[in-house]
Amino acid sequence: MELSILWFILLTVLFIGFFFLEGFDYGVGILLPFLGKNDTERRVVINTIGPVWDGNEVWMITAGGAMFAAFPHLYATLFSGFYLALFLMLMALIVRGVAFEFRSKDENPAWRGTWDWLIFVGSAIPALLWGVAVTNLIQGVPINAKMQYVGTFFDLLSPYTLVGGIAFLLVFTFHGALYLTLKTEGELMERARSAAVKVGVLTAVFCLVLVGLTYTHTDLFASTGAGIALWGAVALFVGSYGCVYGRQYGFGFILSSLTVALTTIAFFWGLFPRLMVSSINPAWSLTITNAASSSYTLSIMTMAALALVPLVLVYQGWVYWIFRKRVNAKNLEY
Amino acid sequence: MEELLLSRWQFGITTIYHFLFVPLTLGLSLIVAILETTYVRTGNEMYKQQTKFWGKLFLINFAMGVVTGIVQEFHFGMNWSEYARFMGDIFGAPLALEALTAFYLESVFLGLWIFGWDRLSKRLHAASIWVVALATNLSAFWILTANSFMQSPVGYIINNGRAEMTDFVALITNPYVFNQFPHTVLSGLVTAGFFVLSISAFHLIRKTHVDFFRASFKLGLIWTAVSLFLLMGSGHTQTQFIAKAQPMKLAAAEALWETASPAPFAVAAIIDEQNKTNPVELKIPAMLSILANNNPNTPVKGIKDIEKEYIAKYGPGNYVPAVTPMFWSFRIMVAAGSAMMVLVLVAGFLWWRGQLEAKPWVLKAVLWSLPLPYIANSTGWFVTEGGRQPWIVFGLQKVGEAVSPSVGAISIWISLIGFTLVYALLAIAAVYLVQKLVWQGPVDTPAKANKPVAKGASLWS
Repeated sequence: MELSILWFILLTVLFIGFFFLEGFDYGVGILLPFLGKNDTERRVVINTIGPVWDGNEVWMITAGGAMFAAFPHLYATLFSGFYLALFLMLMALIVRGVAFEFRSKDENPAWRGTWDWLIFVGSAIPALLWGVAVTNLIQGVPINAKMQYVGTFFDLLSPYTLVGGIAFLLVFTFHGALYLTLKTEGELMERARSAAVKVGVLTAVFCLVLVGLTYTHTDLFASTGAGIALWGAVALFVGSYGCVYGRQYGFGFILSSLTVALTTIAFFWGLFPRLMVSSINPAWSLTITNAASSSYTLSIMTMAALALVPLVLVYQGWVYWIFRKRVNAKNLEY
Repeated sequence: MEELLLSRWQFGITTIYHFLFVPLTLGLSLIVAILETTYVRTGNEMYKQQTKFWGKLFLINFAMGVVTGIVQEFHFGMNWSEYARFMGDIFGAPLALEALTAFYLESVFLGLWIFGWDRLSKRLHAASIWVVALATNLSAFWILTANSFMQSPVGYIINNGRAEMTDFVALITNPYVFNQFPHTVLSGLVTAGFFVLSISAFHLIRKTHVDFFRASFKLGLIWTAVSLFLLMGSGHTQTQFIAKAQPMKLAAAEALWETASPAPFAVAAIIDEQNKTNPVELKIPAMLSILANNNPNTPVKGIKDIEKEYIAKYGPGNYVPAVTPMFWSFRIMVAAGSAMMVLVLVAGFLWWRGQLEAKPWVLKAVLWSLPLPYIANSTGWFVTEGGRQPWIVFGLQKVGEAVSPSVGAISIWISLIGFTLVYALLAIAAVYLVQKLVWQGPVDTPAKANKPVAKGASLWS
C-alpha cells in the first residue's frame, strides 16, 4: 500500500480515537451545569472523567502532530486558514484544562462556579468548532493554486457548516450523557438518562438535516462507502437512543461510540483522496499526494505509529479498567 | 510586514510563558517521585505528606504547562505556515513522536497518580509518578531535537524547495541536541530545587511545620547544589560548542565586533549597533579565549568577519542579530545563576554549622530570590533563539519567509491580545492558588508541634 494512503487511514484512526474519547468528555463538560444540582454532584460529574480527560485530549494533540509530520501542507493550510476559529478553540481548551485542575482547590462558591462555567464553555466551543471544521473540509473552502486559504473567518460559517457544528455538539452531548449513565449512580444516573432522552430527539433532527445538506452541499455520497457509513451512523444513533430509552446503558454507549466512529469514517471516506477541498478549483484541493511528506519521513513515522499506537491503547485501556467503578460522593479528588 | 512583527511578538509571548512552567515540571516531577519512593521504602508518613504537598503544587504548574503547550503545537501552522510547509518532514516527525512516546504516557499516568492513591498498591502508585517524570523529560528531548535542527540542520536535503529528512538517526543524534538537552533539563532541576528551597524557607522563617520543611529544605539544598554545579558545567561546554557551531551567536552574545586573539571578555559595555562598536567596555583580557577554547592564545571571530562570510555564502543581507539584548540577556542569565550559587553555598554552609534558622535574613534572601531561576530560563532561551536571527532554520529559511501569508494583521491582533489577556488572568489564578497552598502547608500535620496541655487549661486556650 502507498504510505500516503496508510497515513490517511492512520489519521482517520487518530480522529476516531479523538472524537470517541474527547467526544464524551466534551459532552460531560457540556452537561455539567445542567446535571449537577449542587457542588458535590458537580464534583461527581467532573470526577467521572477526572483521571482520563487529559489522556483523551492527547489524541487530538497526536492527530495534530501526525498532520504536521505526514501532511505538512494540510497542517499549514488548515491551521493558518482557520486561524480565528482555531484561536477560539485554543482559548477554550486552555481554560478548560486549567479549570479541571483549579476548581476544587478553593472552597469559595464564586470561584468554583466560575470554573464550572468555563468547563461548560471550554467543552461546548471545541465540540461545535470541530463540527464546523469537518463540514468545511468536505464542502470546500477557498484555496488558491498555492495552497493558501483566501477566505475570511466568516466564509467558514454557512448554514451547512453551522448545522454540522450543532450536530457534532449534540452528538457529543448525547454520547457524554450515555457515558454518565455508566459512571454515576442513583438520581444523577437518572438525570443523565433523561438528558440523553431529551437531547437525543434534537440530535436526531439535526443529524437528519446534516445528512440532507450533505447530499446537496457536498459530493460525499458520490462515494458509496461514505454514504453507507453516514446512513449507518444515523441507524446506530437510533439504536443507541432505543437502548438508553430501555435503560440498556452499556449497549447504548457502545452504539453511540460506533455512531461517532462511523460519522468520522464517513467524512474521511468522502474526502478521500482529498484532505481539503478547494471551492475555487477542484484541481487546487489538497490531496494525500500533493500535501504529503517525503516517503522517507512517512516510513519512519509508519514504524513509530504501528509500534506505539497499540501500546498506547493497552495502557490507556488499562487505566480505564482501573477506574471502571461508578463514581459517588466518597473519594472525590476534584 | 506588520503581520511578521505581530507573529513574532505572539510567538515570543506564548513561548516564554509556556517555558515559565516547563522547567518546574521537569524537575519537580522527579522530586515528587523521589519523595514518594522514599515513603514507599521507609514507610515514614512524613514523606507521604511531602509527596502530597509538593505534588499539589506540581499539579497546578503541570496544568499550566500542558494548556500553554497546546498553543505551541498549533501555532507553527497558524502563524508560520510557510515554515510548516518547508520543514514539515523534519519538524513534524519529532513533534508527533513527542506525542506518541511522551504526552500519552505523562497524561495517562498522571491521571492514574492523582486518582489512584486508594486503587493502586504503594509501589505501583510510586511507579506511575516515575513514568510521568521520565516521560516529561523525554518530551523535552523530542522538542529540543526539533529545535536543534533549526539551530544546526543535519541529515536533510533540499528537494522541490522543501527540506526533506534523509537520516533520522542523524536528526536525533545531532551534536547540538546533546549540548542543549542537558543544559535545559538541568535548568529544570535547578528551578525545581530552588522552588523547594524558597517555599521551605518561607515556613522556616515563620517557624511553622518546622520538621517538615527542614526535611524538604535539606533535600532542596543538596538537589540544587548538585544540579546547579552540573548546570554551570553544561553551560560552559555548550558555550564552547556554540563557539564552533554558531560563531555568530557567541560573538553577538559577547558584543565582539572585531576578531581578536586573545579575545577579552566584556563584563559590561555600552554598545553602538549602528556603528558596530562598543564606545565603553569593562573587560577582562583574554578571558573569552579561555572560555571559548580553554586557551588564552586562541582567536575568537568577531561579528564583522562572520558577517562577511555569511554575505559571501548566503548573498547580501543583514546577518547580525540584535546585539544589545543578546549581550545583556547572556549576562543576566549568568548573573542569576551565580547569585543562586552564592545563596546555596551560604545557606549550605550555615546549615552545616547548624546556624541557618538563627539567621532569618539568609532564609529571606532565599525566599525572595525565587524569580532568579525564572529569569535565567527566559534570558537563556532569548540568547538561544535571538542568536539564530535572522534565520528561522539556520542557513535554510529566514524568519520573514516563514510567516503565514493568509493571516492578516487584524486576526493576529485579536489572538495576540486574547492570549495575552487569558495568560495574565491564569497567571493571577495560579499564583493565588500556589500561595494559598503554600500558606496552608501540609494539611494533615499541625503547624506547631503539639504542646502537652496543662491540667485545667481552658478548651479555648
